[in-house]
Amino acid sequence: MSINVVNISKSYKNVKALESISFDVKEGELFGLIGPDGAGKTTLFRVLTTLLIANEGTATVAGFDVISDYKKIRNSVGYMPGKFSLYQDLTVEENLDFFATIFGTTIEENYDLIKDIYIQIKPFKDRRAGKLSGGMKQKLALCCALIHKPKVLFLDEPTTGVDPVSRKEFWEMLKRLQQKDITILVSTPYMDEAALCDRIALIQDGKILEIDTPEAIVKHYPKPIYNVRANNMYQLINALNAYEHNHSVYPFGEFVHYTDNRADFNPKDLKTYLELKKLSNIEIEKTVATIEDTFMELAK
Amino acid sequence: MKRFIGFIKKEFYHIFRDRRSLFILFGMPIAQILLFGFAITNEINNVDIAILDHSKDATTEEIINKISASKYFSVNQFIEKESDIETIFKKGKVKAVLNFEKDFSKNLIKDHNATLQIITDATDPNTANTISNFVNAILTQYQKELNKDITIEYQIVPRTRMVYNPELKSVYMFVPGVMTIILMLVSAMMTSISITREKELGTMEILLVSPLKPLQVIIGKVFPYIFLSIINALVIIVLSIFIFKMPVQGSLVLLGLESILFIISALALGILISTISATQQTAMMISLMGLMLPVILLSGFIFPISSMPIPLQVISNIIPAKWFIIIIKGIMLKGVGLQYVWKETLILFGMTVFFIGLSVKKYKIRLE
Amino acid sequence: MNNERVIQVEGLTKMFGDFTAVNAITFEVNKGEIFGFLSANGAGKTTAMKMLVGISNPTSGKANVAGFDVFTNAEEIKKNIGYMSQKFALYDDLTVKENITFFGGIYGLSRKRIKEKSAILIQELGLEKVANKLVGALPLGWKQKLSFSVSLLHDPKIVFLDEPTGGVDPITRRQFWEMIYKAAHQGTTVFVTTHYMDEAEYCDRVSIMVNGKIEALDTPKKLKEQFKADNMNDVFLKLARG
Repeated sequence: MSINVVNISKSYKNVKALESISFDVKEGELFGLIGPDGAGKTTLFRVLTTLLIANEGTATVAGFDVISDYKKIRNSVGYMPGKFSLYQDLTVEENLDFFATIFGTTIEENYDLIKDIYIQIKPFKDRRAGKLSGGMKQKLALCCALIHKPKVLFLDEPTTGVDPVSRKEFWEMLKRLQQKDITILVSTPYMDEAALCDRIALIQDGKILEIDTPEAIVKHYPKPIYNVRANNMYQLINALNAYEHNHSVYPFGEFVHYTDNRADFNPKDLKTYLELKKLSNIEIEKTVATIEDTFMELAK
Repeated sequence: MKRFIGFIKKEFYHIFRDRRSLFILFGMPIAQILLFGFAITNEINNVDIAILDHSKDATTEEIINKISASKYFSVNQFIEKESDIETIFKKGKVKAVLNFEKDFSKNLIKDHNATLQIITDATDPNTANTISNFVNAILTQYQKELNKDITIEYQIVPRTRMVYNPELKSVYMFVPGVMTIILMLVSAMMTSISITREKELGTMEILLVSPLKPLQVIIGKVFPYIFLSIINALVIIVLSIFIFKMPVQGSLVLLGLESILFIISALALGILISTISATQQTAMMISLMGLMLPVILLSGFIFPISSMPIPLQVISNIIPAKWFIIIIKGIMLKGVGLQYVWKETLILFGMTVFFIGLSVKKYKIRLE
Repeated sequence: MNNERVIQVEGLTKMFGDFTAVNAITFEVNKGEIFGFLSANGAGKTTAMKMLVGISNPTSGKANVAGFDVFTNAEEIKKNIGYMSQKFALYDDLTVKENITFFGGIYGLSRKRIKEKSAILIQELGLEKVANKLVGALPLGWKQKLSFSVSLLHDPKIVFLDEPTGGVDPITRRQFWEMIYKAAHQGTTVFVTTHYMDEAEYCDRVSIMVNGKIEALDTPKKLKEQFKADNMNDVFLKLARG
């Protein structure tokens, strides 16, 4: 067991940031913590990287207790906190060199680990970190967190605020890292990234809603979901919201994901209702649930 | 117009809801007025004086009593020979020595005049002047009483001598003081910003989750600034010597070493400030407001500490600058060696160790 | 959606020294449209938006917003538009009511009007219980919704939204977009930037900037056909990766 969390709770003044959180991360797993701002992801990360002490519960990382063995954890994990904390006035190479040195190693020693990533920013190695684009800062921060070959890698919202192309590239890099036997715990507010993890924990308001593989979570969605489309999105949403049998009405791109309260729901009834509401070009088709659907259903 | 008023209303809300603004608006001015009011004084109170009485007769006794009785002076040292004068000044125990000539009474009666030498420590020229004036006033008063019913007047002739600064150059007073203040402010501000900057940027989190120990971080932060501040100090000393013609009577090496000690104490103080500040702004404010004002007022560089009310005198003891000013004035103007300032050096050293120790203790190894 | 053009941009350019952040972009937005403004990285779209709302001077080109020229009439533009950004929405140390009153005053609403609107707004958003609480104490989602409503206080012709749903939970995001739909339905033009590609699908038309130039502009449906993609995310990736 690489990371073990048992009943962790943490409060700030009156706010309960984490409430009885329990989960495990196996060695070499790519585990995702999925939830919006304020869910408690950063607080949880700080407890696990020994920066905060929980009010209740215990946790171990790579076999070390987060409170009594905190020094051992700090010597061995890689941590990328939010905002890609780098030294803005040091160059790419100087940043990397610094982090290598304070962990008692050199850039050369573990270069093969970061090679794929570093190659992309190598042309800029003499540029100050502050002058890099968001995507490049992200890659540099990842290199700095990896340079000492940590057993466990903590990445707190590494893709927030970064353009979709860089986000995709970043996850491709993570998948490749997984093959090198590093346990990775990532947090993200983007539900589509959840599908790329081995297992995920959905978290909201300090509580875990569900933990499982992405496929299993989606399979657990309790109701059939229908993609509904019409000629006018706004009127469609209003009509569906006004429909007395609705269970959930959520826009999803060009469709609306609709679920009904009744077990014997017949889409034709809905179509008739919508036609009455003066909508046209109506399409109603069964579809598969996504992680986001599951999240919203659990968070309700 | 309405938009404007709406905007002003909002500004008031912001100010009253921000504790820091309120403190600056009300707390600080009150503190400053009190501090200024009590500390700034050109008067002298209970200035320590030594007496070298070669006559030890009735007249000298009367004069000494009069001087003792005045609230301006405190007679508590008696020396026996001329060579003791230099020693006692070097020790810094008194600000003036009254030297009564031999056969004072006899000379007064026989020749109708006798001489009293007023020797003042002019490293603080203003105080020296004031002392001299007040002593003169007391003498004149005494003389008047003596001469009440006499036709041929008795004359007590005061001879004033200002030592260490015969031309009463105020630069002798200012340069050591300014050097102290500059070193203290720059060193303290620089290091206080350094740690809080890491906190603000978020890189502190990464430093914490690494093998670096708190002591390594603290000393690491102080180290570069030691060299930079030494260069600062050198520049100031060189400028003082060549442009302001400050003497350095004592050993330059000792001056250098003591300066380094003081620099380290100021840097350590800066680190301490940064461990209790969350933002760079707070750290700078505390460095400026919390250090500058007390140092200027209470270190004794402009306003004599002995003239301040007792509570302020006590407080001045915890200001490192006070001890450093005594040391550098001693070395530069009086040419003293370590044997005269070992006590102050030890105090400064102790303070430095204390600040570093406290900083290490207060250095948060976690985020809360 | 009628065809009155509320934003007209022609060859709009912004340069910082040698660097061209916005490179001669040209487009139009119609009244009541929900117009999505996307870009491959941050720099271009924020700069462009700043020019359109009148707080940054273009280097060259032409732009007309709400009928006013951005070069000569920037002040008039500001009076006729609403603006909301993710980074700053409201004052955390003022209460909900105080924020509404303040911004109402800034927009020139009469006291009576502010009172009316304030009551409606608070009721619609369900904020009765927290009306006198400091905004800083509210959850992010509520803040964003309140901020959006505040930007509409003075019934502006166009409202500019800069990544308004960043970090917010999925349910609140959709509630937010329902508010956008309603505003558009009532005739307010919505100019919005976002990182969430699925939100791009909610827009009537989307423009995508790459390296400061607009490389695509059409309805989501036509863009997906053009790039043979299943969703806007794929459109974006195909466009950005070249």
